Amino acid sequence: MEREKKERVLSLLVNNRPDVLARVAGTLGGRGYNIETLCVDATIDPKISKIILTTIADQPTLNKIEKQLMKLLDVKQVTDLTRLASVHREMMLVRMKLTDQNKADIALIIDTFDGRVVTMNGDHCVLEISGTKEEIERALENLKPLGIDDMARTGIVALERTK
Amino acid sequence: MKGAQIFIKALQQEGVDIIFGYPGGVVLDIYDELHKEKMRHILVRHEQGAVHAADGYARASGKVGVVLVTSGPGASNTVTGIANAHLDSIPIVVFTGQVPTTLIGTDAFQEVDIVGITRPCTKHNFQVRRVEELARTIQEAFHIARSGRPGPVLVDLPKDVMASVTEYKPLPRREKEDIEVKPASKKAFYVLDLINESKRPLILSGGGVILGRASEELRQLAWRTRIPVTSTLMGLGAFPGTDPLWLGMPGMHGTYYANMAISHCDLMIAIGVRFDDRVTGKLDTFARKAKIVHVDVDPSSINKNVMVDVPIVSDCKSALQSFNQLLAEQKFNVMDERRQEWFDQINEWRSAAPLSYCQDSKSIKPQFVIETLYKLTRGENTIITTEVGQNQMWAAQFYRYDHPNTFISSGGLGTMGYGFPAAIGAQLAFPDKLVVDIAGDGSIQMNIQELATAVQYKIPVKIAILNNGYLGMVRQWQQLFYEKRYSHTDMTYAPDFVKVAEAYGLTGLRASRPEEVEPVLKKGLSMKGPVLMDFQVDREECVYPMVRPGAPIHEMTLGREMAN
Repeated sequence: MEREKKERVLSLLVNNRPDVLARVAGTLGGRGYNIETLCVDATIDPKISKIILTTIADQPTLNKIEKQLMKLLDVKQVTDLTRLASVHREMMLVRMKLTDQNKADIALIIDTFDGRVVTMNGDHCVLEISGTKEEIERALENLKPLGIDDMARTGIVALERTK
Repeated sequence: MKGAQIFIKALQQEGVDIIFGYPGGVVLDIYDELHKEKMRHILVRHEQGAVHAADGYARASGKVGVVLVTSGPGASNTVTGIANAHLDSIPIVVFTGQVPTTLIGTDAFQEVDIVGITRPCTKHNFQVRRVEELARTIQEAFHIARSGRPGPVLVDLPKDVMASVTEYKPLPRREKEDIEVKPASKKAFYVLDLINESKRPLILSGGGVILGRASEELRQLAWRTRIPVTSTLMGLGAFPGTDPLWLGMPGMHGTYYANMAISHCDLMIAIGVRFDDRVTGKLDTFARKAKIVHVDVDPSSINKNVMVDVPIVSDCKSALQSFNQLLAEQKFNVMDERRQEWFDQINEWRSAAPLSYCQDSKSIKPQFVIETLYKLTRGENTIITTEVGQNQMWAAQFYRYDHPNTFISSGGLGTMGYGFPAAIGAQLAFPDKLVVDIAGDGSIQMNIQELATAVQYKIPVKIAILNNGYLGMVRQWQQLFYEKRYSHTDMTYAPDFVKVAEAYGLTGLRASRPEEVEPVLKKGLSMKGPVLMDFQVDREECVYPMVRPGAPIHEMTLGREMAN
């Protein structure tokens, strides 16, 4: 069994009820497992929500996490997307102060990472960049020296390539 | 119909005949209906006692125990009892009152977020926000509590919901759905092959066999294959404690021969166990020579602590039935001579280090009290409950349980104060049986207020306190691992238990010399009402054998080196 500790992406189908997220988070937290990122919203069926979460674990630990999650009555399905052919994306919003010195560099980064300017207010702008985790991190590295005001990341969303 | 009325109807629909509870402001509507409906209600003296009593009732009868308490402190006082039932997988449903929905979240008088508090220690919990959901939620709660791996369910009932009115349609009780393993499955055949090939097989059975009502099937398997059996604390009684194949309990205070058998077996059939650290000792040396077959209804128990070779997710009864059926079809040869060596080896271990103690003429040895109790009460008409600590371990070692549901003890959580209220619950399930709580002087003081409950309802439980004036098990650890620095374990400042009993209105008896033990037991056990017996035992007796925490289970301190 895979003993390497690495980032694992779990996709959960759960009942869309207010306390379900607390149950899922408590199940991991209470047993000492950390949630690295978390994304939740309703599916096409409004009674069912999808939770995409990532955690750093080896394979035996991940198996235990999956089984504990399956014990929750509100959890319908747990899929380990790390082991399946799947696409992973995340999105980031970054607010930056525009100066004469950084404008050109920011434009270049937007171009490189297929980002866009969501809004511009006086000398501030908010950028949107989406991509793989690695792309987001590289974009962030490039933006940092140019003066980041604030930022927010969604964490990973992921989907199996085929059914 | 009013919510409170629907509540009673829904409980009747589930076959509930007794509620353990304590009233308060937000459950007055329900208590008013209880008064009108004449449903049996036992008024405890502390909500923790109600949960343990419902738990003891459930363990003795196999039915779901029911608790009703008010909001705030009433609800939070149930938490230890709920956690206790959760760790031992006991089916109970706890109904807590809640402030009206309009006040939830305002820090109202006697408001706590009990659903939030009990989320990690219930199998599931609910808050009923609309009266229309009430009947369905109650049906669901009982179903969840008793199906699959059983456990506690909490249902939070806001006051206004219980006072609201809606139409009531009775919902039928949902029967439990078992996870089945089919007799012809490859795995069952494989298990049989393993049994056939094995030279040193061993069965480790646990609480799942009792909860799954599979004791008869377990006995058949062991007898047919002549495989020796050891059971965890939670599994005591599933296999007869007087059978020649019985090895006693394994683990930290298990028998030498059970632990040696675990360390040397080449096949372990583990049924309805969860490999608690008190059973396994050091994990990487546990049953190192064995192929392990693990049957459990809960997939998350499998490969959690011990990695197993043959995982079988099934309720114990179905799995054992399928093994037994295949055995019958195969005309399995029980008198396999290859096994003789294994039995010789076990008998050698058995005679090398049997469970023992030295009874002198001066002080009462606690083990002697248990042995005398066993001599006087053995049989299926006696239920033993225990508190937690030395009293519990001696009760597990020196009393022999031949029948399931006759040994009731807090295994997973180790809750001091459990045994006495649990005895009340067990006695109410079986009014004609003899129910004895084996207690310590520390534990009994944790729920001693329930003496009033026993007296009020004439519940004839018998309490045997092994009174050593210490928190004995903690003191034992201080003796062995902390160079006898008895930090805060001296309990000499305790009340006179005989006088306490008398003050509550029951009989109190005392024995302080060995020759008084049997007469006191005989007298106490033969009395009609509740009786408290105070046995003033040797203060520094230790529980042996003992495996040091974290050590391999075959490295045991047998205690002889400590004698004299």
